[in-house]
Amino acid sequence: MLSALRGQRTTASVGLFLALFLIAFLFVPVLKVIYVAFQDPATGELTLINFVDFFNTALFQESFFNSFYVSAMSVLIATLVAVPLAYFTTRFNFGGAVIIQTLGIVPLIMPPFVGAVAMQLLLGENGSVNLILNDWFGFTIPFMRGLNGVILVESIHYFPFILINLSAALANIDRSMEEAAHNLGSHGLRMFRRIVFPLAMPGYVAGAALVFIKVFDDLGTPLLLNVNTMLAPQAYLRISSIGISDPMGYVISVVLIAFSVLSLWVSLLALKGKDYSTTQKGGGGLSKRDMRPWEKTACYGVIILILLLVLSPHIGLLLLSFGTIWSFSVLPDGFTLDHYLTVFQTATQYVSNTLLYAGIAALADVILGTAIAYVVWRTGLPGRKWLDYGATMALAVPGVVIGIGYLRTFYALDVPIVDKPLASWWVIIVVALTVRRLPYALRACVAALQQVSVALEEAGENLGATKGRTVWRILVPLMSGGILAGFVTSFATAAVELSATIMLVSTSADAPLAYGIYEFMQSASGRGPGAALGVIAVVIVGFGTYLSHRVIESGRKSRAPAAAAVQEI
Amino acid sequence: MRKTLTGLASVSFILGAVSVATAAEGTLTIVTSYPPDTTKTFEAAFEAAYPSVDVEILNKKTSAGIKYLQETADNNASDLFWASAPDAFEVLKDSNLLSKYTPKVEGIPEKVGAFPINDPDGYYLGFAASGYGIMWNTRYLEAKGLEPARQWSDLKDPKYFGHVGISAPSRSGTTHLTIETVLQGLGWEEGWAEWKAISANMKTITERSFGVPDGVNSGQFGLGIVIDFFGLSSQASGFPVEFAYPEVTTLVPANIAIIKNAPNQEAAEAFVEFILSPEGQAQLLDPKIRRLPVNPATYAQAPADFPNPFKDKTIGAAVKFDLDLSKNRYNVINSLFDVMITYRHDELKSAMSAIYEAEAALAGKDNAEAAGLIKQARALIAEVPITAEQAADPDFAAVFTKKRKKASDKVTGRQAEIEQQWDDMTRGNYEKAAKLAEQAKSLL
Repeated sequence: MLSALRGQRTTASVGLFLALFLIAFLFVPVLKVIYVAFQDPATGELTLINFVDFFNTALFQESFFNSFYVSAMSVLIATLVAVPLAYFTTRFNFGGAVIIQTLGIVPLIMPPFVGAVAMQLLLGENGSVNLILNDWFGFTIPFMRGLNGVILVESIHYFPFILINLSAALANIDRSMEEAAHNLGSHGLRMFRRIVFPLAMPGYVAGAALVFIKVFDDLGTPLLLNVNTMLAPQAYLRISSIGISDPMGYVISVVLIAFSVLSLWVSLLALKGKDYSTTQKGGGGLSKRDMRPWEKTACYGVIILILLLVLSPHIGLLLLSFGTIWSFSVLPDGFTLDHYLTVFQTATQYVSNTLLYAGIAALADVILGTAIAYVVWRTGLPGRKWLDYGATMALAVPGVVIGIGYLRTFYALDVPIVDKPLASWWVIIVVALTVRRLPYALRACVAALQQVSVALEEAGENLGATKGRTVWRILVPLMSGGILAGFVTSFATAAVELSATIMLVSTSADAPLAYGIYEFMQSASGRGPGAALGVIAVVIVGFGTYLSHRVIESGRKSRAPAAAAVQEI
Repeated sequence: MRKTLTGLASVSFILGAVSVATAAEGTLTIVTSYPPDTTKTFEAAFEAAYPSVDVEILNKKTSAGIKYLQETADNNASDLFWASAPDAFEVLKDSNLLSKYTPKVEGIPEKVGAFPINDPDGYYLGFAASGYGIMWNTRYLEAKGLEPARQWSDLKDPKYFGHVGISAPSRSGTTHLTIETVLQGLGWEEGWAEWKAISANMKTITERSFGVPDGVNSGQFGLGIVIDFFGLSSQASGFPVEFAYPEVTTLVPANIAIIKNAPNQEAAEAFVEFILSPEGQAQLLDPKIRRLPVNPATYAQAPADFPNPFKDKTIGAAVKFDLDLSKNRYNVINSLFDVMITYRHDELKSAMSAIYEAEAALAGKDNAEAAGLIKQARALIAEVPITAEQAADPDFAAVFTKKRKKASDKVTGRQAEIEQQWDDMTRGNYEKAAKLAEQAKSLL
């Protein structure tokens, strides 16, 4: 009894800490910036007149519809890309599965500016593909035009959210469920559609929700494709204009936040009242079948086609980084190593800063994500769901708002010993990245937790383990796939974040890779070096991701024999 | 005795000079929007001249730089702001964030073209001149069978439909001044008609000024309205592009300013003097920079065909630029352009495309009714929701800045509702114009 009371107090403390963290580093800074949305421009009084203006403006109505349409279509296409990759690599013995998983994540590592630039070079109206089509067949395909261009780029960029989370969920389904279905006569695609995929639904919903919300709130891609009739670009253009102080930018930010929370709530509705957990016997994961030779060839073919499509921005980036002049031609005019030599000197500093910031942020994200997931789904704390909604709000806040908010909130706060404002210390960049990428880790951790049976925790506690020990020794290992997914998505995207970073960098010694890429990409002669830095970013983050996979895979395998032995006894 | 006194004075002067030279030391922090091609070149040259100074470059896009300086003003850590857009400096000046400074360097004239090189109040200083012009991709034009455009009005030709790029004036201060120059040159109504017609041929309106040279360099579109150094440095870097100044253009200074309460005032002043000195001005000729020096003497070192605005008086002098008028209606023009053109670009292109089809069908035929309908359609497209007088009215312009410096200041009207009225009219006009053009075509 005393032990139970102590557990409840600990849980409440954790919940309170999480709430305070979100309030201090997300709510307060953001409110300091967006309060303008609730202020009468003429008198400074509190008002909702700006929201009336928003709903009365035809441009914003159109932008809202466009954003919704692009988000929904991106989820659909991302699903079509991700499901085959997840299915093949988790259901079959596959040489190179880890490499395919890693390459499947690479599209998330799209340094700012260069991704869309590279795609334009390959798939634009006068890009490589269309120049070839025009020369040989006399027609072109408008891949990159208007909203369709945005949908294409967004789908390719964000499908890894579905791939990673769905793969983790598939890997977490206990094989006994599959065996039971098999015994009852189900197999093949029927089993996948009716047993396997539904059981992996938490992972799919987590990934799909992230894609939808992220695309809805994305401004970088639309702006680079010069599409401005979407909500996030409208918010950005108005907030970052010089001279004009238009409250509508902040109003749109509020709308983006509200709609993102609504989207999350709707996605959680899809899972409400259903239990996706299985009682792990310790072996873990679905059985993997060997493929027949022709099946293997066909699968490799499909996977290679998909990977070529989703890695096309990086192919363009690679060509740009080695190219001399690339102008209205299928390939660069010539090739050179000069761009890498140009950036080699500064790259080391950018790389070490990036690994440090993104690594710490991702680690903090999975810790916070696991804690929030646990509090929301395993405790009875009042108001706990708002921790989830609150953390997810970060998806909707433009980086520029986070950046301004941190300067406004923390610049007057001096850090002891370091003796400079918190907003000028490199740690503030880590905090910004942690907050901005927390939603990714959180969705992955929630999905993983939903697949772990409460019974396993109860068993642990019945045998005398404390709640903390139960979490550490039982929950965390069983959630490891989801935690890895969370770490990877947070790390990869934190490594290339720019819009908050560019506001917060107060000394070039603190600058990460994204900042360096931005610097170079501002001049005609700088696109090559910028692309070279981009390639370096992709390779390093990709390698880090690959290592993460190997570590987790090793951990999983080393647990399997012991569990099997226990089972036999 | 007199000789001794003179000697003492001389020694004192020399010591003074030495102390001034050695006073510039420590860290010099510069917030700038310029790319490494520019910043690293000047940093290296300046640090060679002043070894005790460590230059710290903070690269931020202009709007981020302004926000950064505004938010850190209470405990300022930056010494200099270094950027192209004059409007950025006006915002900082109005926010009382800049220091006055009078440069000691000689040899720099008061004006370049019709534009003052330095802020008349002394808060920011021009270190280079920028003209606006047209750059084109020679491969692209050859492949499409197009000739280069050399004047703004050339860009109205239907043959350029979908082949041109520009950045919005609200995103590029220098684009803004080009828009303003043509409006002042042609007058409000005719000027806007001109920009609507040119913009209808745009393939894209980019979010930042660099998007235009990037689009031309890569061949996404064939022609772009750019700041001259984008065209000149792209060409010098080996891209198959060329650049030309149209007759109606203005030369605008690119600026540098000392930030109020600069941590290192001495080094800041030294840097300003350096980039204005003959040595600093010469750096602007670097192939990767290629900007117009404000010191006329520097042009002696320039490549043979390099433009010289002080010798070639046709550059930037065709329009007598009214600086005060520009300031008064600055934000209104930005907003008008975005409402009428940037955000309704698809509608504008559709309407103009319909007109082009109707005009093509009318070619060589005598049909007064069809011609009348087409003329009506063009007039609808050209219509502007406010007059020049309204645009220049300070009370009206206040709606777009919301600067209530006193509690008693009253601002009537809200930007969003005004823009919605403009948008209603604009969309309605474009729709009607398209219908009239289709109607005209059906008569032929």
